[in-house]
Amino acid sequence: MEHSQTRTSEVVRSERLGSDIFRLTVLAPWIAEAAQPGQFVMVQPADGQDPLLRRPFSIHQVTGAGAVQILFKVVGRGTSLLSRIRQGGQLNVIGPFGKGFALPSGVEENICLIGGGMGIAPLLFLAKRLIGRSAVVGCRLVALLGARTGSELTVLQGEFQQLGLATAIATDDGSSGHHGLVTQLMLQNMAPGDAWRVYTCGPHPMMRGVVEICQGMAWPCQVSLETMMACGMGACLGCAITNPKDPNSYLHVCKDGPVFEMSEVAWR
Amino acid sequence: MTQPDLRVTIGGLELPNPVMTASGTFGYGEEFASYVNLHRLGAVVVKGISLQPRAGNPPPRIVETACGMLNAIGLENVGVDRFLSEKLPYLRRANARVVVNVLGDSIDDYRALAERLSDAEGISALEINISCPNVKKGGVAFGTDAKMARAVTEAVRNATRLPVIVKLSPNVTDITAIASAAADGGADAVSLINTLLGMAIDIRSRRPRLANVVGGLSGPAVKPVALRMVWQVARTVSIPVVGIGGITSAEDAIEFLIAGATAVEVGTANFINPRATEEILAGLIAYLKEHRLASVRELIGSLQLG
Repeated sequence: MEHSQTRTSEVVRSERLGSDIFRLTVLAPWIAEAAQPGQFVMVQPADGQDPLLRRPFSIHQVTGAGAVQILFKVVGRGTSLLSRIRQGGQLNVIGPFGKGFALPSGVEENICLIGGGMGIAPLLFLAKRLIGRSAVVGCRLVALLGARTGSELTVLQGEFQQLGLATAIATDDGSSGHHGLVTQLMLQNMAPGDAWRVYTCGPHPMMRGVVEICQGMAWPCQVSLETMMACGMGACLGCAITNPKDPNSYLHVCKDGPVFEMSEVAWR
Repeated sequence: MTQPDLRVTIGGLELPNPVMTASGTFGYGEEFASYVNLHRLGAVVVKGISLQPRAGNPPPRIVETACGMLNAIGLENVGVDRFLSEKLPYLRRANARVVVNVLGDSIDDYRALAERLSDAEGISALEINISCPNVKKGGVAFGTDAKMARAVTEAVRNATRLPVIVKLSPNVTDITAIASAAADGGADAVSLINTLLGMAIDIRSRRPRLANVVGGLSGPAVKPVALRMVWQVARTVSIPVVGIGGITSAEDAIEFLIAGATAVEVGTANFINPRATEEILAGLIAYLKEHRLASVRELIGSLQLG
């Protein structure tokens, strides 16, 4: 059953969303058709052998026209090279890989998406899938977004709002929204007595804070993790994380995740 | 022009072509089945198997380096029982030729593994990992000591009717001495190189980038070292040599064949391009046609000196 593509895709759009935040849109219908929110792609930052490895990126959005988007901040050589790709350029993207978010199954719950920094990326794709579901009609759908500074959130917050989500933002520097942590927005926006389902992605300490609140409130919560990985498909075994249920084995972010139930992850 | 003859023989193991996968870079084959027709490869060398399952090392386990990567996976594997019951059946259904890489902490472990795997249907050969640098006891001692290398080879040789390939560590003073010891112990072939022991440090935290502190370097960065060692070993031993180390293209594979390798294993390249093996095979066929070579065997050891 050979079907998966490895051919290079055309970059149909290149955007700069902040001083060091970029978004690339590539035409890869075979990925767009198969992708589920929370899954990821492996992206080759450049031709040649240095840098050698692909980088994992969660799928930010897909379009009906067969395009796939990734959102990233420049943090090293790989992302720096990616940030220089312009419309009409080429990018080698394979996937989709991994286990995505489990969508709610008909129970009436309010849904809160909590994203920090580039962890916001998969939540936009998830929001798009959620708004079309009957289980969500009549429920509250909220996005809480955190970043270092307000300018990083301007475009992204607008896109969540366009989908009809109530949004609130928190920034480290107080330049926009709540001055502080995105977790501090949770109890302002989520009444403790209500039934909530939480989806979160972001820096590990942020997600740990989200999980502590969810555990206290008995709200189900799924988290999306990021690790180093070489292949994305279960071969390199480089993406091992501690398995709290079995000290004699590890979980692998690429196959067992990247999305986990909060109880599957060791938070300490 | 007719299709070139790609068949090679590695100590009784007949392969339809010389392109194999390197252990630890191709899972148990199934992971790559949506990208590669496993039957078309010379052979699939699976992730190293031990008697008991191993959890592997704590993270971080990998780090990227210039034109390469370091890994300290720690030989994580499902163990021989689950390999036979859960992994081998898929490879058999896919009609893959299966080479099982085995590893142990003692000669008794290697012997027991060889016996267990010899009883199973659908295994074409064993590759004996005496060279993995990641586990503190076992492995590394066999691969860096000629007497130990010979002893473990003899033990496996006497425990199986399958062809035995001994995979050599480059982390030695003279790899030809270890290769000769394996040949004297009854190896049908040697494969080389396993990873080169290396290290990387985060200068902000002053901590090692790998939890295991040291790890094995692989990828294009090691290719010149691997090619030199393959050439040296091929000149020294009379058994076939399987070339491994940074092969990412058909050109790389052809270099190893010219240096004296009878077949090659593609490793780290699988991580970047999951179709690397099939693309290398296609490139090899194109090269043979372009140079009007009727058989790939005409390339093996054809290095022109002087």
